[in-house]
Amino acid sequence: MDKFINMLEINNLHCKIEGKPILKGINLKINKGEIHAIMGPNGSGKSTLANVISGHEDYEITKGNIYFKGQEINELSPEDRAHEGVFLSFQYPVEIPGVTVTNFIKTAINESRKAKGIDEMPSSEMLKKIRAKASLLEIDSNFLSRSLNQGFSGGEKKRNEIFQMAMMEPELAVLDETDSGLDIDALKIVANGVIKCSHEDNSVIVITHYQRLLDYIVPDFVHIVMDGRVVKSGDKDLAKKIEEVGYDWLKKEKS
Amino acid sequence: MNFQEKLLDSFIAFEQDVDLLNPIHSDRKEALKRFEKQGFPSKKDESWKYTSLKSIIQKDYSLSSKPNKSVELRDVKEYFLNDLDSFKIVFIDGVYSPFLSKTTHDGMDICVLSAALSKAKYNSTIKNYFNRIVPKNESLASLNTSYTKEGAYIYIPDGVCPEDPIQIMHFSTGNQKSIWLQPRNLIIADKNAKVEIIERHQSLKEHSVVTNSLTEIYAEKNAFIDYYKIQNDLDSSTLIDNTFISQERDSNVSVHTFSFGGKLIRNNLNFYHKGKNIQSTLKGITILESNQHVDHNTLVNHAQPNCESHQDYKGIFSDRSVGVFNGKIMVDKIAQKTNAFQKNNNILIDNKAKVNSKPQLEIFADDVKCSHGCTIGQLDKEALFYLKTRGIPEKEAKALLTYAFANNILESVKIPNLKKRINSLIANKLGVSLGFDL
Repeated sequence: MDKFINMLEINNLHCKIEGKPILKGINLKINKGEIHAIMGPNGSGKSTLANVISGHEDYEITKGNIYFKGQEINELSPEDRAHEGVFLSFQYPVEIPGVTVTNFIKTAINESRKAKGIDEMPSSEMLKKIRAKASLLEIDSNFLSRSLNQGFSGGEKKRNEIFQMAMMEPELAVLDETDSGLDIDALKIVANGVIKCSHEDNSVIVITHYQRLLDYIVPDFVHIVMDGRVVKSGDKDLAKKIEEVGYDWLKKEKS
Repeated sequence: MNFQEKLLDSFIAFEQDVDLLNPIHSDRKEALKRFEKQGFPSKKDESWKYTSLKSIIQKDYSLSSKPNKSVELRDVKEYFLNDLDSFKIVFIDGVYSPFLSKTTHDGMDICVLSAALSKAKYNSTIKNYFNRIVPKNESLASLNTSYTKEGAYIYIPDGVCPEDPIQIMHFSTGNQKSIWLQPRNLIIADKNAKVEIIERHQSLKEHSVVTNSLTEIYAEKNAFIDYYKIQNDLDSSTLIDNTFISQERDSNVSVHTFSFGGKLIRNNLNFYHKGKNIQSTLKGITILESNQHVDHNTLVNHAQPNCESHQDYKGIFSDRSVGVFNGKIMVDKIAQKTNAFQKNNNILIDNKAKVNSKPQLEIFADDVKCSHGCTIGQLDKEALFYLKTRGIPEKEAKALLTYAFANNILESVKIPNLKKRINSLIANKLGVSLGFDL
């Protein structure tokens, strides 16, 4: 299975939370090296999709499959998916007082290495990597010794998410509304970080409400999710059209 | 003969060992009378509603230890903060160990109570301080007073600030199958003095030990005292810790209690304010598992205007462990402009763990700021998911969140080495390496 082309394949995925159906037959195929954007109105199931891809245990898959690098991962735990190379950038990152950004990322990286049977990363290598990735996101060293997300501004939290992504070097990164609450300068820094980390062997899913992020992270494909299904797919022009005219026309088209 | 009767009967034998002419002997005798009347507390007492001593006092204990020379430094080294070249007062089965201790009479007194009781030059200090703030209605305090013989004696004179923390260590060896210990400590920080003290009770092997300890602490004007209690004993040990603190104006006393192990721990921690502009801090982290039981019973008596107290206790309970928090704040009528805050937050890791939290405020002044709050909950599931998406397995993720939950208590630990030690005790207790240098 080392010659996979499909990074992620989702077939007819249905899922519910607390008995309530949210996803009602999602189909999605993402190849290596591609950037996909997912847009849709509030409550359409975008964040649910992100959570389900990462293995959130509150969501119950009732039908369909998720394949990652050709392997079905429906039952895989979030930490195992992370070890396999899935990363989720959170819309609302969690605050962890007493654990610095540096110590947190060290723990994350070394736990992943441990799971793969690799020795811990030597401190010097870790430090070098932290410095390189921090400068990529214009993060200064004071920031790295602060408690994770505690007292961070919205922009700092999102930048920190992308910093973690850069450190963990996932094969599939799912960015859940990474642009919300960012001013234009912070948005550029974050987008630039994502671009610099993306290459032909990894893939990115960008979940967003707004076209403006897609000016910087230009997607290969855009999918519109409504009521738990992908109702339309297209190229980057589809996002532009949504920005101009909204979603109503899709509702009409559907009916 | 039950154990209570034994305690009463053995007093005659105890009297053979102490100086009956010392003025404090009348304190002993009066206290014994009170204990005889009061008996051990039972669940009928409001403040013992959730903690039962019944199974403990049904057993028999030896009241004195056999002389023992077998404890070497290497046996107990791990319990000291080794990298600290500090004063140590060490007791083995209740008996002072000069060999393991480092005491002084040079510019301050860091020694033992038996010495202070036997020498004339301490007479006036003993008279002024001994047994002055011990509540008469608490039977375990009475019991301790009646058997007063040995413990730590610390007197820091006006303006003196020892550089290093003082460690008070009580080891029990298990040379006797079961033993009842009653250390009696007297600690005085005179005007403008500043002192840090670490106290620990430790069994060296599994055996039945009950320690009914009593510590009187006096902070004179503008004195600073930081007191740290490390309670991480084996599951065969019981600790009843009675700590009574008297503060004069402008003084600042903090007590941190780290309760990580032991069969049963009861902390009676009382603060009495005797002047204006006092600061009192009571903080604690409790992390329990199996059938461990810890009961924090606190009292802050605001009896003077313009004083502050801060209480913050965090608890984490696994398996069938039980936590009790009973925190009382009393604000007397004259104690205007009091600021008194109390928090007790708990996390239950398992379904069978239990917490009884009971904040009590009695406020008789009308111009005060007081608040109290307690929470009992579980680890945040979203936070757990967040950590897992970073590749951190469930067990480590829970440990990290627990660590984060308790962390703000550690922020006020002022001794870096102690902070490190507590951090590693927490990591051990949570059964993980947190993956970074604490």
